[in-house]
Amino acid sequence: MSAAPASRPIPAPPGARTDLVDTLAGIAPGSALEQLRSRRPVARFHTQESEEALFGASAGGAVTQQERSAVAAFVTGLHGQGPLARHAHERLAALDPALSLAIRREIGSARAEGPFGRYPAGPLSAEDTAGLVYAVDETGRTALGPKLAAALEHAHLLVFRPREASPSALQSLLDAGWTTDAVVTLSQIVAFLTFQIRVVAGLTVLNAHPAAQEPRP
Amino acid sequence: MTATAIAYPDSTPPVAFTQAQLGWIPWLEPPAEDELTAVQKEGLVDTARAKSPYFRLLARDPAILRSRTLTDKDIFYNTDAGLPRAERELAAAATSRFNGCIFCASVHARFATTYSKRGEDVERLLDEGVDTDLGERWNAIVEASVALTATPIRFGEEHVLKLRGAGLDDLAILDVIQSAAFFNWANRLMLSIGEPTAAA
Repeated sequence: MSAAPASRPIPAPPGARTDLVDTLAGIAPGSALEQLRSRRPVARFHTQESEEALFGASAGGAVTQQERSAVAAFVTGLHGQGPLARHAHERLAALDPALSLAIRREIGSARAEGPFGRYPAGPLSAEDTAGLVYAVDETGRTALGPKLAAALEHAHLLVFRPREASPSALQSLLDAGWTTDAVVTLSQIVAFLTFQIRVVAGLTVLNAHPAAQEPRP
Repeated sequence: MTATAIAYPDSTPPVAFTQAQLGWIPWLEPPAEDELTAVQKEGLVDTARAKSPYFRLLARDPAILRSRTLTDKDIFYNTDAGLPRAERELAAAATSRFNGCIFCASVHARFATTYSKRGEDVERLLDEGVDTDLGERWNAIVEASVALTATPIRFGEEHVLKLRGAGLDDLAILDVIQSAAFFNWANRLMLSIGEPTAAA
């Protein structure tokens, strides 16, 4: 992305971190949109902190860096070829090129439109809609292993048909070898990414269509 | 040893959208209130949240819970101009209605009603869905929230122009984007690690 020079650039404060949303949405330091984002400073700071908590150097434990990056590449890829998907794929490819190829293959067979799904039986059943229920095939399972295969199936459920979530869906994760702590972290990874990708998408549009400047006299 | 997800075969969860107060029960074991570590308590941000099984369950990963909570509060509670609180809640309720989160919709529809005093309009959003006619300004907010929530994302220039045409400045539009985006995060957690129960 070319960094368009802002008319009145505000120098970054000492020690300021890279803000991934600004970078991916093309929001230049000192630009009008950057100044608007700074009116919600805690949300802005903690959106980046969330990124660090889930994908930063110290993230790990119940879900490894590789697993986090693989789920991120999958979830963002399900949303199409945006800048966050490219970012997530590059991160995974740097960690594990073979896994990155396997995830690309899964995305190819997992694209769908959402949200869809069944409601609990009752008046809302009239709004039930069907769509792709994704399952990793044998080739994919061999490449990914059983834990990651289960994680991707659950991620797909959360992205496209969250209203069909169930205790048995969580049991599938536990049976595949994820701990309870890991299930919470995986859920946060998928859910956070669906937020982050929408912030980037929304701000990219807003950045491209700024309000008219002061009305001319 | 493999843990077991908790099912509630005898529970009768709500089957329609409502502004009534609902309960929520977890599908995985949350840490007990009196066993929360210092780091988990820090993740909860507000000590009162230790009463909630939802937040206690999320405290199993305290770092992301803490950042999630602080992001949430600034998007919805920051009073420095932008979109009125009622309409941030409307964006949250519309997103929840579209994703199908009966619990989230109940909480944020209630807030939308409290702050807007337009309870009948909010009720129509819940009863008839996101295509109901709520007048120019609310329609623009609901349509933008829905377009941003769809996968693939459909939010585009037309939504920004419609919001502006309805009188929103760019800070207010940023608030619509962040409110709707945030409920994509919240809905997916609330829907997938537990379930609502009839009036608490």
